Amino acid sequence: MPVTLRQPGWSRASASMVLGLAFSYALSIGARAILGYDPLLDGESVMRIALISVPFFFLVGLGCFSYWFRWASGAPTVPEDHSGHGAKSWKSYFYPNTDHKVIGIQYVVTSFFFMFVGGLLAMLIRAELAAPGRQFVDSNAYNGLFSVHASLLIFLFIIPVFAGLANYVLPLMIGAPDMAFPRLNALSYWLLPVAGTMMMLSFFAPGGSFATGWTAYATLSNTAPLGQEFFTIGVQFAGASSIATALNFLVTIITMRAPGMSFFRMPLLVWANFSTSLLVVIATPFVAASQFFVLLDRSLGFNFFDHGQGGDVLMYQHVFWFYSHPAVYIMMLPGFGIVSEILAVKSRKPVFGYRMMAFSLLAIVALGFTVWAHHMFVSGMQTWIRVPMMVTTAIIAVPTGIKIFSWLATMWKGVLKLDTPMLFTMGFLTMFVLGGISGVMLAMIPLTIHVSDTYFIVAHIHYVLFGGSLFTIFAGVYFWFPKMTGRMYDEKLGKLHFWLTFIFFNATFAPMHVIGVQGMPRRVADYAEQFASWNLVISLAAFGTGISSLVFAYNMVASWRGGPRAESNPWRSLTLEWQVSSPPPIFNFDEIPTVVGGPYEYGVPGAVHGVFGGSPTTAGPGRRGPATTAGAPSA
Amino acid sequence: MGEERRGSRNSRTVVVEMFVIGTVASLAGIALGSAIEWFPAQASSQAGPIDTLWDVLVICSVPIFVGVVIVVVYAALLFRQRPGEENLDGPPIHGNTTIEIVWTVLPALLLVVLCVYAYVVLLDIEQKPAQAATPEMKIDVYGEQFAWTFKYAGANGKPFTTTQLYLPQDRSVKFDVHSKDVIHDFWVPAFRMKIDAVPGITTAYRVTPTKLGIYPVVCAELCGLGHAYMRQTARVLPTDAFDTWLEKESAEDNPPAGGKPVAGGATGATGGGGSDAAEGDAG
Repeated sequence: MPVTLRQPGWSRASASMVLGLAFSYALSIGARAILGYDPLLDGESVMRIALISVPFFFLVGLGCFSYWFRWASGAPTVPEDHSGHGAKSWKSYFYPNTDHKVIGIQYVVTSFFFMFVGGLLAMLIRAELAAPGRQFVDSNAYNGLFSVHASLLIFLFIIPVFAGLANYVLPLMIGAPDMAFPRLNALSYWLLPVAGTMMMLSFFAPGGSFATGWTAYATLSNTAPLGQEFFTIGVQFAGASSIATALNFLVTIITMRAPGMSFFRMPLLVWANFSTSLLVVIATPFVAASQFFVLLDRSLGFNFFDHGQGGDVLMYQHVFWFYSHPAVYIMMLPGFGIVSEILAVKSRKPVFGYRMMAFSLLAIVALGFTVWAHHMFVSGMQTWIRVPMMVTTAIIAVPTGIKIFSWLATMWKGVLKLDTPMLFTMGFLTMFVLGGISGVMLAMIPLTIHVSDTYFIVAHIHYVLFGGSLFTIFAGVYFWFPKMTGRMYDEKLGKLHFWLTFIFFNATFAPMHVIGVQGMPRRVADYAEQFASWNLVISLAAFGTGISSLVFAYNMVASWRGGPRAESNPWRSLTLEWQVSSPPPIFNFDEIPTVVGGPYEYGVPGAVHGVFGGSPTTAGPGRRGPATTAGAPSA
Repeated sequence: MGEERRGSRNSRTVVVEMFVIGTVASLAGIALGSAIEWFPAQASSQAGPIDTLWDVLVICSVPIFVGVVIVVVYAALLFRQRPGEENLDGPPIHGNTTIEIVWTVLPALLLVVLCVYAYVVLLDIEQKPAQAATPEMKIDVYGEQFAWTFKYAGANGKPFTTTQLYLPQDRSVKFDVHSKDVIHDFWVPAFRMKIDAVPGITTAYRVTPTKLGIYPVVCAELCGLGHAYMRQTARVLPTDAFDTWLEKESAEDNPPAGGKPVAGGATGATGGGGSDAAEGDAG
């Protein structure tokens, strides 16, 4: 056997995938032969097995499991000499790597790839909707467009891009040399391209891509053509990735903080990811369950959702939303963390009410599990549950409001540096408030009875996820770009990007509130004549939003290739990730820092957050203790 | 120090100025919010309370949004870093317990009040009307891919079905909603009420149509290929005209079939063929 096929890598992965396909055929045909089915070859059955098995064959071929297989089989493991750390060239990013900084960049770049694919689908959606009647896709293809659009942007952009940014900066922020489980971290990343590729490939499935929305409600989903399973199974891989990363974050945050870094000295980004990880670990298994139900109904004749056989159609929605409502916070809390970091640094002031900011995150985590049925006000569930869900949904605006007001107070009397990250942060503050307000409106049952499943919902979710999450993602990417790449981005282009995005975003989504209340349902390929003029405006604005993202792409690529070198701390920040070079050394800290104060002591004379090399007050034998012992898992 | 210059504007003047501008902008925003033609026709007794709830929510929301925007804009104007301030820090203010309690308690109170109000509206729109001259009528609504059918109890105990919804004016109607295949959602925007049609269970709501006219019936829950085209019409008739129609339909001994060809009645009744039904009479 040629050596390239024995070594982990893309050759072995490709060969392995062929093997996986052969395995799928063999298993399907073999099982059908044993059970006496005719004909022996059933394409759907082979495809179904392949969707599950080929990704594993791929991951094994790529080497994601090599260490564990050796260890489990008692073979001598390859000693970890840390040669896997760091990226030697751009090619290193295409192989499993155990360095959290490499993984962070893999995550972010991959997620943005999916953002551009999802955005492109949005452009097609808006092109179809530019005028009433059929433009260029039929309604099945149209249903596929918005389904894949939402699935990619939720499961393969917003959720993982936050995990990616945190993967890069969080260990640095808490003074750790890496994440707690570097190999699990590598596996978490490689599950993402698997999930994303699967969802995109669904367009080539017989019968078209999955077309039941990202919500995939039964009984539509368990009777849909085969393309549905690209979602059903794809979500499992994305979800597994989420859960593994969240566990990794939790263990890293709990056990690997630098000496002196008590919970209340952690930067709020760390708090935010701690809260998010709690949500992910508790909630994500529920979306996995909901999709397993669908898969079992489809493939093995289970009757979870067949009411004629004792199934319960509404159960799908309860299980699905028990994840998917907390998922809204999974897609927002890390952004809250980013905003807190940027506002403190760019306003040169401590975050106002630090402890309340941390506690409000935890309050959102707890309350986030008590509101799921507000997605089901018109679902036909038992009616009494609507009222407590209305109250909890309204009350969750209180901790969110605390955060908004505290951020405003953080800016007040500061010295505001109005550069690109700050502009996106301030854009977030105003736009997210709008999304929050329409959210409170949607808590009110009588109003929701009218506007649920309309463009008002579309407007609301885009104000939350675009004006909210995406603005914080842009802010975070610009803010940490110098740290991650060692280069400065182009400030002029950044500001241009902000203003274009801000204007076109509003022009796109604000009118959707109006047509929604007027009665335009969502998820329709065609609409009544009365909505035509607004839809044309929205489509034109959407194309503007699309163009604005090209400014961002150009800025990122050009600046990474040839931007001016970044200093280690261009923003004069106190947090630890800025106290090392840009980009940081392979093991982050030549010496583990000791944390002696809060992370945001701007304006306090002589205040420091962390010290290197010890200081008279904190130096001692315990200084390197817990962090380094827990912090050497890869040894 | 820049601090002195930064603090040079009397902070009370600034707050008053922000308050005045905020009030004016809020009033303008509320005026704009009232000027927009948000809702379709108010054709049921349920529409009024819901539309009023919306107005109240808009009035409460606008000042909050305006307030946040004004603080952001004023912060940018007053406190932006000017040349020579590159190394300046702000004052180390870590928090203020009083103000934090205020912005926790006040929104909570506002939200509780809104919830109570919304609950009252909910009771109002869902309760059976007090004993009226005519008893409540019941119509069974069946959703299937991709059409609605309506089953009437009929006059003289002779039930019949149609694909065009006829309703009497000023009489409470209870819809029992069923699905024959996947989830649909029975929605007449002019009535404001909607509910999912769920396979295996019967869901329900009631409306009292108040305004004569023809209104679109829309499926609001994604139900597959022809979802966008699952549109029919509801026609509200004067009571006597409705009774005439009801008796005529009951008298005809026809099997359940398509509706009468009245005023752009049901399109593309059953059998899929979604895109053929794209006339879009939902205007």
